[in-house]
Amino acid sequence: MKIMPCPLNGPRNIQEFICAGPVEPHPDPSRCSDDEWAEFVWLEENLAGVVREWWCHAATSYWFIAERNTVTDEILATYPADRVFSERVDFAPLALPEPPAPPEPPKAPAPPPPAEAAADTPAGDAPSDDALPLAPKETGG
Amino acid sequence: MAFGLLKYGLSRRRPVKRFLSARPELRPSYDVAIIGGGGHGLATAYYLAAKHGVRNVAVFDKGWLGGGNTGRNTAIIRSNYLTPEGVAFYEESMRLYRGLSEELDFNILYSERGHFTLAHSDAAMRTSRWRAEVNKHLGVDSEVVGREELARLVPLLNMSDEVRHPVLGALYHPPGALARHDAVAWAYAGRAQELGVEIHTETEVTGINVENGRVTGLETTRGPVACGKAMQAVAGLSGQVARLAGFTLPIRTVPLQACVSLPLKPFLDPIIVSGSLHVYISQSDRGELVMGGATDPYPRYQTSSTLDFMEGLMAHILELFPFMSDVPVLRQWAGMTDMTPDFAPVMGLTPVENYYIDSGWGTWGFKATPVCGNRMAELIATGRVPELIQSFHLDRFRDFSLMGEKGAASVGH
Ligand SMILES: Cc1cc2nc3c(=O)[nH]c(=O)nc-3n(C[C@H](O)[C@H](O)[C@H](O)COP(=O)(O)OP(=O)(O)OC[C@H]3O[C@@H](n4cnc5c(N)ncnc54)[C@H](O)[C@@H]3O)c2cc1C
Repeated sequence: MKIMPCPLNGPRNIQEFICAGPVEPHPDPSRCSDDEWAEFVWLEENLAGVVREWWCHAATSYWFIAERNTVTDEILATYPADRVFSERVDFAPLALPEPPAPPEPPKAPAPPPPAEAAADTPAGDAPSDDALPLAPKETGG
Repeated sequence: MAFGLLKYGLSRRRPVKRFLSARPELRPSYDVAIIGGGGHGLATAYYLAAKHGVRNVAVFDKGWLGGGNTGRNTAIIRSNYLTPEGVAFYEESMRLYRGLSEELDFNILYSERGHFTLAHSDAAMRTSRWRAEVNKHLGVDSEVVGREELARLVPLLNMSDEVRHPVLGALYHPPGALARHDAVAWAYAGRAQELGVEIHTETEVTGINVENGRVTGLETTRGPVACGKAMQAVAGLSGQVARLAGFTLPIRTVPLQACVSLPLKPFLDPIIVSGSLHVYISQSDRGELVMGGATDPYPRYQTSSTLDFMEGLMAHILELFPFMSDVPVLRQWAGMTDMTPDFAPVMGLTPVENYYIDSGWGTWGFKATPVCGNRMAELIATGRVPELIQSFHLDRFRDFSLMGEKGAASVGH
């Protein structure tokens, strides 16, 4: 049985979770071109390597972010979404004629967790994909 | 054929002919280079040579012949899809399949069993009726059967009400069939080779050269080759290979698992599928029960088997055939499928000129092997997209004209 270390519920059977695809920048639907929108909705990086994804613990409706390797099936880190998103993105005001400044880009990840937490992380290669600003490893608790 | 057999039997020498010739050296250039030596790539090579006289063709596979999903699937062949485009397309494939053993002079063990898609809810019954109407309109033998008829046609099926999801009826597709999947790859390969096609196994394509928006050649682990045209048919690795050519696909790579039981005496002639329970089962010519379900719950580039899959599968299989609780599982395996959001393939032109794609075959592409080969060969040889595959074009994800085949393809491969 594969275990997912949930930041809220601790280690749980991975069957309790839903994978909702990569964490990627969300274009503003009222301003981006049709092509940009189609690309965001349909096209897939489908990376063979380390990906950063949205996951949801179905039983508790808890959304979080997981980093995992799609080739080795190792879960490298899981953490609450506020590690990456410092504020809620609200698209409604953006649709107005004079929209406010665009939302801030994702904040830099928080400092590494204490050593005990890091030691729980499943062993494996360090995340190596440069394209992803990878957060430090953390497992549930 | 019968005389040939007699002569062979009486001959003293018992001549042994090697079916596939040894791998040749790479030539510097080919008219058409095909990436992927699964059924789709091999069939395309065969039809290019046989129907269009294009014989300077090379097929490259990083592994062995048909070692991808062609050699891993559960061999269900049917045409009772939901969209008119899908139905017409798969119907041509079944027509080609019926004559294939004869045409390729190789027994692919094509056997018509009848195919039942069980319905356990009113919604599923409604989809069955919808499919039956679309099917009949396009000349496909397909009808909805109720509980009594189903019980008569599949006597061992558990029709009890004392289960979590009682069976209400089924969509019945009498021509639904099985075939020997390896034989399909070997037969196409053998005939293609006789017509001059080169097959380069253990030759991975590592780069695709594009100049001024047009493909000019491939880099392989055995050296570079130039080519006039190229096609990719690499299933689970579609995204990786398309990236070499410089474009992105609407495809995720998700494992699909299957298993077989120990051989039993023949008792199950038809193929039984349940979309609601996410399982399907048929009995092979060897007597093994071939079983599978939906894809794994998250994307991976892996072909490992999991206990989670086996537990989920068996819980539902035992609801349909309770007496199977004593039957041991013999083998379990997986393949990497190329899943699209609308459960329809991506075929035809790409952003790169003279570079063609045959992908997005997910969990349902074995049945399409002949029609894909036939129509992709036509496209490559003539440069015109055949009408039959027009709606599967990659650009449908730019203009939002998706296919909506999920109702007929998500489990019933
Ligand atoms: C468990 C399972 C059950 C299935 N059941 C059914 C079913 O019942 N009915 C049905 O219709 N379909 C079914 N399918 C789907 C079907 O198997 C596939 O859609 C179909 O076989 C795809 O054929 P292909 O020739 O396109 O791909 P493959 O047979 O996978 O061939 C692709 C080839 O490309 C090669 N390759 C990849 N990358 C490279 C590279 N860079 N260079 C060179 N070569 C490369 C691979 O080695 C591979 O041999 C099932 C699939 C699975 C996994």
